[in-house]
Amino acid sequence: MDAILQPVADFFGPTLWLVVWSLVKIFALLVPLLVCVAYMTYAERKIIGFMQVRLGPNRTGPLGLLQPIADALKLLFKEVVIPSGASKGLYVIGPILALAPSLAAWAVVPVGDGLVVANVNAGLLLLLAIASIEVYGVIIAGWATNSKYAFLGAMRAAAQMVSYEVALGFSLICVLMISGSLNFSDIVNSQNVGFFHDKGVSFLSWNWLPLLPLFVVYFISGVAETNRAPFDVVEGESEIVAGHMVEYSGMAFALFFLAEYANMILVSAVTALLFLGGWLSPVGFLPDGFYWMAIKTAFFLFMFLWIRATFPRFRYDQIMRLGWKVFVPITLVWVVVVAVWMISPWSIWQNVPVMAGH
Amino acid sequence: MEFKTFVFYLLSAVLVLSALRVITARNPVHAVLFLVLAFFNAGGIWLLLSAEFLAVTLVMVYVGAVMVLFLFVVMMLDIDFTRLREGFWKYLPVGALVGVVLTIEMSLVLGGKYFGLEAMPAPAATPAGFSNTRELGLVLYTDYAWPFELAALVLLVAMITAVSLTLRRRRTDKWIAASAQVSVHHEGRIELVKMAAEKTEPSAAADDAAAQP
Repeated sequence: MDAILQPVADFFGPTLWLVVWSLVKIFALLVPLLVCVAYMTYAERKIIGFMQVRLGPNRTGPLGLLQPIADALKLLFKEVVIPSGASKGLYVIGPILALAPSLAAWAVVPVGDGLVVANVNAGLLLLLAIASIEVYGVIIAGWATNSKYAFLGAMRAAAQMVSYEVALGFSLICVLMISGSLNFSDIVNSQNVGFFHDKGVSFLSWNWLPLLPLFVVYFISGVAETNRAPFDVVEGESEIVAGHMVEYSGMAFALFFLAEYANMILVSAVTALLFLGGWLSPVGFLPDGFYWMAIKTAFFLFMFLWIRATFPRFRYDQIMRLGWKVFVPITLVWVVVVAVWMISPWSIWQNVPVMAGH
Repeated sequence: MEFKTFVFYLLSAVLVLSALRVITARNPVHAVLFLVLAFFNAGGIWLLLSAEFLAVTLVMVYVGAVMVLFLFVVMMLDIDFTRLREGFWKYLPVGALVGVVLTIEMSLVLGGKYFGLEAMPAPAATPAGFSNTRELGLVLYTDYAWPFELAALVLLVAMITAVSLTLRRRRTDKWIAASAQVSVHHEGRIELVKMAAEKTEPSAAADDAAAQP
């Protein structure tokens, strides 16, 4: 690989090569990601269709496989209508600010061993920070539209996303406590040791088992954070039409959807990395690799759809209660439990390589 | 020019311009959004100083939480611009005086011999894999454990106070404890009454009733 790339690198010179190579890496990550986002919409309609004993899209192309392409083309050629009372600049910035963080966060998320755009030290922190600015797209869009429905949707989104970030943050604290690192690759590698790993059943030494309550809290908070059903009061059709997206059309509307699905994939990938060992193989006799990461992420994405097809929408006060009165206390107590467990003689994280020497 | 210097000037320029717009923007929502941009760029500058924990925390806490709630409130306010601008000339001398004092103090501090580049040389280069977060955590939870916990306690008290000051139960409140809702059983709600089946005889009266509209 290096032998092939070296002449190209020499041609560009060191500074320019850094830019070119970063762009290549970004494209290599984002193009498959956007294809996944497109086919996630297809998978959602198909899977929920089957769950409701329907066929789902089946007209465009074989098995309806060209449906996402057709949808994208349709939205691309539709006019982006800007309401006359809207704050024009912010109205356009809204959807962009919704999509940009959900793509930017992928910079620190590894998809395989060493397969990451930027292998930074504080990857987990950076991810939290980028995830916390996702809410601006929704708020700005809701306010700039100058419509009651959009504004109410934005208010709901702001309160909901800020609330669930607290629980999300606390469950991440426990993960980083036991792995002793904020770097995703270190967190994954720290799950590859332990009693069960030595016995060949390494899926039992991944973080999901010792941190089971946090694993559940993290995933449910992730669903709430992405405003997916049953937490989708932000765009609850029966009350506030489509929330912040009510006046958007064409590509501007599509950007919100891209952001939502990119966020779903991000939450699934991060859950797989933090709690299910990322690209590590579940059993000793199979090799590690990118495909394990893909399988685990796909599993969580399926969970998203499964949850959406199963549960009715929460009432807004119930969402707030779950976030503040159930999840925050659970995670707070578990931070203490894990901390005590770690310094007790029964700690199972003595052998974590990154802990050695500290 | 080194790339880092370029990034610094870019971030600083955006920071200063957006900070200016915070006080000059007519619409308060725009002002808050410019403040968000200012925070974000300040985070970028801290990142250049390899204080990645502080930078990320600034973005996470101020941009991600505090400013969201700020925006939340400002968006719902009904602000009368003419009333806001009414006392501008009256308060200008006081404001200008405060501004001048601030500028003099800042220039005294920054121009003093303790703050020059020679007094504060660039920090030693950190080895690869150096974790700013870990170092900060070690200091915070050992040497400064008590002040840190005290600060946390003060914040907790402030939080509880704010909640208890604003918490009021309205008479029209329809709040029910969720546990009471969940534990509802059908026996308490519905009474099933066994009744003998009644059969109406087809009669003239029934025909009359059916005929009426």
